[in-house]
Amino acid sequence: MKRLLASVSIAAMVIAAAPVSTPAFAEAKQGGEMIVTFKDDLATLDPAIGYDWTNWSIIKSIFDGLMDYKPGTTELVPDLAESYDVSPDGLTYTFKLRQGVKFHNGREMTAADVKYSLERTCNPATQSPGAGYYAALKGFDEFQGGSAKELSGVQVVDDHTVKIELSRPDSTLLHLMALNFAFIVPKEAIEESGADFGRSPVGTGAFKLTNWTVGQSITLERNADYFKAGIPKLDKITFQIGQDPVVNLLRLQKGEIDIPGNGIPPAKFTEVMNDPTWKEQVIVADQLHTGYVTMNVNIPPFDKVAVRQAVNMAINKDRIVQVINNRAVPANQPLPPAMPGYDKSFKGYAYDVAGAKAKLKEAGLEGGFETDLYVSNTDPQPRIAQAIQQDLAAIGIKANIKSLDQTNVIAAGGRKDGTPMLWSGGMAWIADFPDPSNFYTAILGCGGAVDGGWNWAWYCNEELDKRAEEANAMTDPAKEEERAVAWGKIFTDLMEDAPWVPIFNEKHYLIHSKRIDGPAGVFADPIHIPVNYDEVYATDAQ
Amino acid sequence: MPTYIARRLVQALLILLGVSIITFVLLYFLPADPARMVAGRTASKAQVELVRMQLGLDLPVWEQYGRYLWNLLQGDLGRSYLQRTEVTTLIGARLPASLLLMLGAITCELLIGVTLGAMAGLRRGSAADQTLMVAALVFVSTPQFVTALTLLYIFAYWLGWFPIGGYGQFTHLVLPSITLGLLGGGWYARVTRSSVIEVLRQDFIRTARAKGLDRWRIVSVHILPNAALPVIAMIGIDVGYFMSSIVIVESVFGWPGIGQLTWQAIQQIDIPIIMGVTLVSACAYVLGNLLADLVSPLIDPRIKLR
Repeated sequence: MKRLLASVSIAAMVIAAAPVSTPAFAEAKQGGEMIVTFKDDLATLDPAIGYDWTNWSIIKSIFDGLMDYKPGTTELVPDLAESYDVSPDGLTYTFKLRQGVKFHNGREMTAADVKYSLERTCNPATQSPGAGYYAALKGFDEFQGGSAKELSGVQVVDDHTVKIELSRPDSTLLHLMALNFAFIVPKEAIEESGADFGRSPVGTGAFKLTNWTVGQSITLERNADYFKAGIPKLDKITFQIGQDPVVNLLRLQKGEIDIPGNGIPPAKFTEVMNDPTWKEQVIVADQLHTGYVTMNVNIPPFDKVAVRQAVNMAINKDRIVQVINNRAVPANQPLPPAMPGYDKSFKGYAYDVAGAKAKLKEAGLEGGFETDLYVSNTDPQPRIAQAIQQDLAAIGIKANIKSLDQTNVIAAGGRKDGTPMLWSGGMAWIADFPDPSNFYTAILGCGGAVDGGWNWAWYCNEELDKRAEEANAMTDPAKEEERAVAWGKIFTDLMEDAPWVPIFNEKHYLIHSKRIDGPAGVFADPIHIPVNYDEVYATDAQ
Repeated sequence: MPTYIARRLVQALLILLGVSIITFVLLYFLPADPARMVAGRTASKAQVELVRMQLGLDLPVWEQYGRYLWNLLQGDLGRSYLQRTEVTTLIGARLPASLLLMLGAITCELLIGVTLGAMAGLRRGSAADQTLMVAALVFVSTPQFVTALTLLYIFAYWLGWFPIGGYGQFTHLVLPSITLGLLGGGWYARVTRSSVIEVLRQDFIRTARAKGLDRWRIVSVHILPNAALPVIAMIGIDVGYFMSSIVIVESVFGWPGIGQLTWQAIQQIDIPIIMGVTLVSACAYVLGNLLADLVSPLIDPRIKLR
């Protein structure tokens, strides 16, 4: 017997809630345009490859996946799928596709496209940075290794039904189907543009690309055939590339642009927040982000738990938050507060200099020691590192700051003897999808503690790995709460070993012109940074 | 003359070959791992190795370089690791903007630098000379960012005479050119001044004065052409400099030049792009210097190219 309950109730919710989140939004007229600016080039709009915070949301507006999130929330809803069901053992997912959905080239999307798209992402020739997420799909290893011509875990049942089989239960599968890497692409368009598909993307999404002037601008126009009625609101979005964030703020104030994608530059933050006209245009949102200091458990004296705990107690997180103009909240556990499983009652290590000194004494290091702290060299990271350095000096630890280009910091963290301490700011970690497992596997699990991996503390606790696996196997939607608690406990238990000092959870600050608006939450969407482009409307078109 | 040009071109090729080898080897020894960056943070070790093999990064460095050179000779600069686009496309899209800005900037540098330098040199030791030289020093030492933002703030944001950055029309070109003109003009002014002072000491100037030529004619016919040589050599160097080293001015004015591409590529260790832009700017240096050398004998017939 298959479970249908979840899909039915969720599908019902979509109809009730998704495209018409507020009455005002439903009534908002289509039309108008907006201009968004970014400092750096957009690398690619290929959903299998794009993995920057800038192109991530744009790809979401050009393509769709089987699943998506209800706008403004982290709640999963079927998207290109109409419904799905999960087998009782959690190993088989069957998706019923929505009918009549068309790609921008006019062809109807079918189950074969789903299979093609997933195989394309998992195919090593595509070099997708997200392929690793789909390792639980049946036949993944054979397909990657080249011994199988197709990904046996994805099967076309009929034109509108796809069956996905797993080799092990993975409760994040629905999230993975909402991830850009699983977005549906038309085979013929890829065969036509080859490796340049990322510059001429064709999807089913709310917007289609109409112009890309390399290094200057990208234009999206409304897809009039979009399968969700009344979406998107805007006729056109232009992304202008290459200008400094300080200048883009001036352009916003002059009324030339609508959203400076890089936000409010630190140097201008206080000025903007004290400006009565612009203050109101600023929106603060939670992000699935935690900034942390890793301590490499292989490098003495950080092999001693007491030393790691001492460092946890020595750092004054409130002061660090002040260093970045209070654009964050202090953290005490790896999970950010907006993530399911976050434990509100957990206290962690309080700031306690005397306690920290006592811990160092316990480790036989009352005289302190000298160590290195690696940090990315872009502002404000070195200033944060200096604050940490001062706090450590107060308990006798002399930390030498090594401020380097971020790729070199990442490389140092990925070597077993690379660096004793590392401040993650500017590099890690923002979750790709709102599930606690995304904060464990790569950055705290044994699998990430490998050469070139992201587990910079090189922390490997097999018992916790086992518990993580068990939590991931809880695929029954009815046990979602229980699963979140199990995950939360993994992170708080892990803090006893203190491989990290969780420092803060950064907030996202967005500023936008008065010309554009949207339903509640559109500018604070946890999935779309800086904004959910499909939902924004132009006030001058009303 | 043709043999001279041929010899210089051969030299230029050798220089470019050397530049390409040095850059390639330096990038090879960076600790950051491009295969890791391409494969993404979820990739397993096996996946990373697969990517490394596909990119040819598992080969010994000389073999990697050999392949690169072979493709380069066929006009293929490779594909960017992260943008997944042909490097020639990326550079080609930005080259016209870089060349245009170079033209505008050198014009401004000359107008500002030569005028100020000549005025100061002709009135050596006067209050005007000292003021001008202090001004030149200020222009040279002000950070690019400050000059660029100040000009942009006053003339574009506040007065609204020019657009706040962008590319495509003449008005877009004015402020970035003036910014670079002020920065470089400071250098040009100093060089022109000393050169003018040097020429003023020559006998033929005394002769010109003695035979009663008017002041303007002495300056325009006898002094400036003779003082121009070091300035022309400087232009040769500037051609290369503007090809990749003005990222801040480009970024303030949203100018889609090669500097921005370079800067982004360096941050992401996108080796094919770094190699490509290095070669392009090395080319510009070499050609700029060659042109300066070719122009010199036209101005000063005493110079013979051999």
